[in-house]
Amino acid sequence: METPFTPISALIGGALIGLAATLLYAGIGRIAGISGLLNHALEHREGRGWRLAFLAGLVIAAGGWFAWSSSVARSGFPWPWLIVAGLLVGMGTRIGNGCTSGHGICGLARFSKRSLLAVVVFMSTGILTTTLLRHGLVVLP
Amino acid sequence: MRRVLIAAIAGLLFGLGLAVSGMTDPDKVLNFLDITGRWDPSLALVMGGALLVSVPGFAWARRRGRCAVGDALGDPPSRRIDGRLWIGSAMFGAGWGIAGYCPGPALADLSLAGEAIAFVVAMIAGSQIARAWMRD
Repeated sequence: METPFTPISALIGGALIGLAATLLYAGIGRIAGISGLLNHALEHREGRGWRLAFLAGLVIAAGGWFAWSSSVARSGFPWPWLIVAGLLVGMGTRIGNGCTSGHGICGLARFSKRSLLAVVVFMSTGILTTTLLRHGLVVLP
Repeated sequence: MRRVLIAAIAGLLFGLGLAVSGMTDPDKVLNFLDITGRWDPSLALVMGGALLVSVPGFAWARRRGRCAVGDALGDPPSRRIDGRLWIGSAMFGAGWGIAGYCPGPALADLSLAGEAIAFVVAMIAGSQIARAWMRD
């Protein structure tokens, strides 16, 4: 499906995400990397409380916005591809130690060379994968 | 308790930012990655907007040296660039490019009670599989 370019809401939403990452770092000294927060919260008792509070806040605020804006979930996306994608994202973020938030927003803000490489690599394979599946193999809409 | 409160506020801001930015719409993310097709450059401005705040914000926090609750800043231990970073990031990008979900927006979309539930279950399973592999 086509989506319009939305520069203003993208910048405002991005600034809120940057503010949230800064608050967590300046406030309690932690990196707002979602994959790492989730993994840790699922696996360790120590430090679980604030991680669950962060993740709950994320889901609740997004849910509030969706209710207000009457957003609905995407439907009709092929389920096998959804599962394969979930497995790859889970494995990849564990092995590469981070995702778009940890490497992309916090890592780049810390001028981490590892994070810069991670961002370049996942952006590249993301573009290649979407292009291949939509235009090469034409298996996804 | 203060840690939990600060984290909850940060989480609320993060979730609101994701939703306002439109990145919780996986089609919008896929269209960003679809540079030769239905390209929608919004995601670049989300990253840009975030970094406009987080770069000076992190620099300010580092100059202070400690965080508000008094602890040292918990930077991840600096490690070298290794094969794991390359392979993991490449796999993550491939999964991201298939369905348009990265972990933050996938969790945010749990509130829509749709396909994101299946994605998140698969994501957690994938993470545990990789954890078990890497232990060997």
